[in-house]
Parts: sequence; structure tokens; C-alpha cells
Amino acid sequence: MKVVLQNLTKKFPSRNRKVREEVVAVNDFCFEIPDGKLVGLLGPSGCGKSTTLSLLCGLQKPTSGRIFFGEDDVTELPAEKRGVGVVFQNYALYPHLTVRQNILFPLENLKGAEKLTKTQMLEKANEAAKLVQIDDLMDRKPSELSGGQQQRVAIARALVKMPRVLLLDEPLSNLDARLRLQTREEIRRIQKETKITTVFVTHDQEEAMSISDMIVVMKQGVIQQIGKPQEVYDSPANLFVAKFLGTPPINVFRGEIKDGRLYIGENALFPVKGIPGQEVFVGIRPEGFVLDENGPLVCRLGGVEVMGRDISVVSTHKASENSNIRAIISAENKVDTSSQTVRFSVKQSKVFVFAKKTEERIYFDMD
Amino acid sequence: MDKKNWKGWLYLLPAILFLGVFMVYPLIDVFVYSFEEGYNFASQTYYGTGTYNYSYILHDPYFLQAVQNTFLLVIITVPVSTGLALLISAGLSSIKPLRELYQTIYFLPYVTNTLAVGLVFMILFKKTAYTDGLVNLMLQWFGAGPVDFIDGPYWAKMFVLCFYTIWVVMPFKILILTSALASVNQDYYNAAKVDGTSKFRIFLKITLPMISPMLFYLIITGFIGAFKAYSDAVALFGTDLNAAGMNTIVGYVYDMLYGNSGGYPSYASAAAIILFVIVLTITCINLLVSRKKVYYS
Repeated sequence: MKVVLQNLTKKFPSRNRKVREEVVAVNDFCFEIPDGKLVGLLGPSGCGKSTTLSLLCGLQKPTSGRIFFGEDDVTELPAEKRGVGVVFQNYALYPHLTVRQNILFPLENLKGAEKLTKTQMLEKANEAAKLVQIDDLMDRKPSELSGGQQQRVAIARALVKMPRVLLLDEPLSNLDARLRLQTREEIRRIQKETKITTVFVTHDQEEAMSISDMIVVMKQGVIQQIGKPQEVYDSPANLFVAKFLGTPPINVFRGEIKDGRLYIGENALFPVKGIPGQEVFVGIRPEGFVLDENGPLVCRLGGVEVMGRDISVVSTHKASENSNIRAIISAENKVDTSSQTVRFSVKQSKVFVFAKKTEERIYFDMD
Repeated sequence: MDKKNWKGWLYLLPAILFLGVFMVYPLIDVFVYSFEEGYNFASQTYYGTGTYNYSYILHDPYFLQAVQNTFLLVIITVPVSTGLALLISAGLSSIKPLRELYQTIYFLPYVTNTLAVGLVFMILFKKTAYTDGLVNLMLQWFGAGPVDFIDGPYWAKMFVLCFYTIWVVMPFKILILTSALASVNQDYYNAAKVDGTSKFRIFLKITLPMISPMLFYLIITGFIGAFKAYSDAVALFGTDLNAAGMNTIVGYVYDMLYGNSGGYPSYASAAAIILFVIVLTITCINLLVSRKKVYYS
């Protein structure tokens, strides 16, 4: 089931009575989620990603715009008629019911022609439980389960009705680091097995990058960029996206384009053709640095952190926006820690230039 | 005994002393009185010991009347007031405008003096030389004859007493239940809504279990409170409750001690012990039932 959002907008009245300004949580969203894909809505808190999810599942009505599931316009449909399965951030498992009763709950609501017999229901519940591998926990109460198991129950409950669209709100935020890794693989597996179009919300870029077919980066209710995770990472549309994706984060410098060359402070990096002279921000991915005794970028060496496979060179530069510059280089390289300075050359494909005012990307031709 | 233990008891001493002197000792004393025949406060003497006091009050028609009244009151008012309070608080939590105003109005009876409220009920129900009372006026519109609610037939008096009790105990229940309802996580409702659960089923399967500890608390205290009813009857029917046939067990105890026919601490003690046993039994039954029905997180 493909999902299409058309000019979707949600405004909330202002809390402050003196200011009659509306808060635009979701601003003119247009995008299409292809059938059977896993899409991550990614952004910092307050960017409208959870509101988008509420609009999708029908718990909130959009101010304007339309939502389509396949060919059906579901904008006016109440939540229960949309055929969505939702996993809430805190799972919202009914604490007084057993796992089995929790999973059965949505089935018991079915009426009329859809109504199932008790055996059919149990069969379906068992199927869903098997899918998320909790079939041996059916008689427990949610409080007797670990966080990861609760998460699985919530997913089973959302899947048991075979929804057209599965929505996950910060599905991993309540889990510890190890479980998070494991569960996100699990979500990926379940999604692939069921082929249900899935939308999930997260503020963790690593999470979104690792399992999504497509990510939607948002900021203050506005879509910043849509694309495959690697594409967005390799070619961010603006400074916000560049900063938001990647760990360690991108290094941002104040720079300038002068006489067809890109400068960071006094250091001329490389020639850029056909771009008028102007002040710019320069973003360099940590993996974009190359140790080079004759490299153009001269930094003050702060220290070296060994991480096994890689080493992380921490340095400073007076044109840097970040307090530290972090360069990730292969551990085979040797850094002379007695030296005051370290010199880098850069990989051009890992360098992004953004206009100073708009923070939009300025594309340049690579040599 | 080590030093720590000794210190612990020292800290507990004030509370133990107070509880001992004002709670435990009187309780034991009442128990002792109830077996002492014809105990006299002034001379501190009694004729003998035995179960005569119990046998006397159990054959006293006034006591049996009081037991009947009390049980009727409990059986009618506890379910009705709890049910109504649940209905009203569920209504209150689903409306937005004017909610605070309604909450205040519903809570007013709680802060109003029992006797003042009794007076209002007199105006509503009492028949005087000039008027039959407001309720009778309304009854007449429907062609029903005037009923004397205060000095009339038993059922009419019982009706007024129950009506009054329900009205007085409701505000507290509404207050507790509204806050219990507000504390249920909205996500449960959202989850249920997305799954297409009907409103009635949400209430039955989610809301009720979630607030069941509070509901259970109200039922237990409701039972105990209704068994101890006395001032309500006095406010409506005056102090001579035996004559009105509207006495309660606590009223009977009071009358035996201080009433016109009073001065019988032994009978009063026996009645008090019987009340204690009744309340204890009912509460134990409640607790047993609750183990299956109440969900504690």
C-alpha cells in the first residue's frame, strides 16, 4: 500500500493567549511512500514528526491537505477505519491484560462480516506472536516482560489485524543500547517478511540510517530532504541536514570563495569553478580528511583518540564553527603527537559548501 | 537486644503511646464492658459477667430495627452513590468547557455542614401547616398524592435518608474518581481507538480496570461509612430516632449511652462490638473479592 501526502499541513492554536500566532507543526508536506517500504521520519524534537504520525493514523485531523492510502483518500476517515497499526513510544500495552489478551484485543473489536470465531482469533494471535518470537510468553503480564519483549508484544498487537500501514513512534527510544541494535534489525526483518508499508519516527539519525529504505529529514515542520539514507548522507541539501546526519558530526568551518578557490581562513583548499565569490560555510565529514604533510588545511593538534580500527584526530582551527575538529582516519596512519600542528588535505566528495545566508547547498564541479 | 533496635522503639514511642491510650485501650475496654452486666459509670460496679448484654440487645426491637435500617442504607447507598459518581466523573472528564465550574458545583455538598444540608432537606420534604414541601408540590403536578416524607410511612422516610446519604457522600467519590480517570495514560485510549474499540468497550475493558484500585477504595470506605451512619438520620428526623423508627446501629449505641433512655454502657458496648464484627466481616469479603477483580500496577 503506497502512502501519499499532499500539501499536508497541521496548525495548532498558540498556547500563549496574548500572541495570536499559530504554531505550524507540519508545513505543506508532499511526499510519496512507495508500497512495502520502510520510511524513517527523522528530525530533532519538536520538528513535527510525531504530529505527522498522528495525522497518518487519524488521531489528529490535518488543517489542510490530503492523505491517500493507495488510491483511497483517508483524510476524513477516523483512525479505526484506516487500517493502521500503531506502536506507541511507551508501547501502551494494557497492563492488566496478559500478552495473549493484548494481542487479541484488536481482533475482538471486529464487527459484522469481519467478525472472527474464537479459534480464528487465537490462531491469528499465535501467528503474530510467532512472527515477533514471543509465542512462549503469551500468559505473562506486560510488567513481567523486559523492554524488548514489551516492544515485540506492541508490534504483534499492531500487526495482528494485518494493517495496511504500520506506524512506529520512536520505537527504540525506551531500550538500552544493545537491545536497540538488536530490535532495529528485528523491525527490519518483520517489515521485510510482512511487506507492510511502515513509517517510523525517530530523532536518532543512526537508527534511521541503518534500517530505512528512505528517510525524511524534518526541521520545524518543514521537510528538508527526502531520499535513500546513503544519498542524503553523501549529498545533504542544506547545512541542517549535513549537521544532523552522521556520527561523529560533520565539521563546519567559516569559509570563503575567492578568485575561484575555496578558502578556510587563510588555507586555500581547492579550486571551485563557476561560483561567484562569497562567504560560505564549509562542511567536511570526519572521514573526508587525509593526513598530508603538505596538505592545505593547517590545524592545531589537540590529541589523538585510538578506536581500534580507526583513529580520531582532534584538532582546532580558528575558522571552525565547532569547538573541536574531528577527523577519522585509518589506524595505519601515524600521527606525530609531539608536533603542534597537523596538516590535512581533503576528499572533495566529502566537502560540502553552503551559502552563508540561506545555508543552502552550493554545488560545485569536482575535478 | 542491640542498640539500634532499642532506638527504633524509642522513636515509635510517641505514636504507640497515643494509639495505645486512645485507640487500643478503649477498644479493649469496650470489649470488656460488653461482657459486664449492668455496669455503672458512676460507681464503677457491675452485677456479674456473661453474654446477657448481647442477648438483651439482640432481643431489643429497637436494635433490630436499627440493624435493618443500617443494612438497607448500606445496600442501597453504596452501589448507587458509587455508580452515580462513576457516571458523573466519566461525564466530567469527557467535557472540556465549564468542567471546572461543574467540578466545583459537585464538590459543594462536601464542604457544607451536615445539619445545614439537613435543614434544606427539611424544606424539600417536610410537611408543615402551610406547605407540603417542595417535593410534594412537584409530585402533585404528576397527580401523586402528598406523602409525608419526614413523619410518614417507613419507605418514604427510608427514601429520604438514602437520598440524603447518597447526596452527601457523592462529592468525595466524584473528586477521587475524576482524578483517577485523569491519571489514566492517554496512550491507552489512543491505542484502543486506533484498533477500533467502541466507547463502551474502552470504558469496560480499559478505564474500569485502570481505576479499579480507587473504585475499590471508595467501595470499602463507602461500606464502612454507611455502617457508621448516624448524623444524617439525626439531621433529618431529630434526636429521637427510635420513635421515628429510623435509628441506625451507631445511633442505638449513642442512645444507650447518652439518650433519654440512656445510661447503659454495657448494652452500648455490646452493640458496638456487634457493629465492629459486621464491618470486619464485610471488609474481609470485600478484600477477598478484590483480589480477583482489582488490578494494581
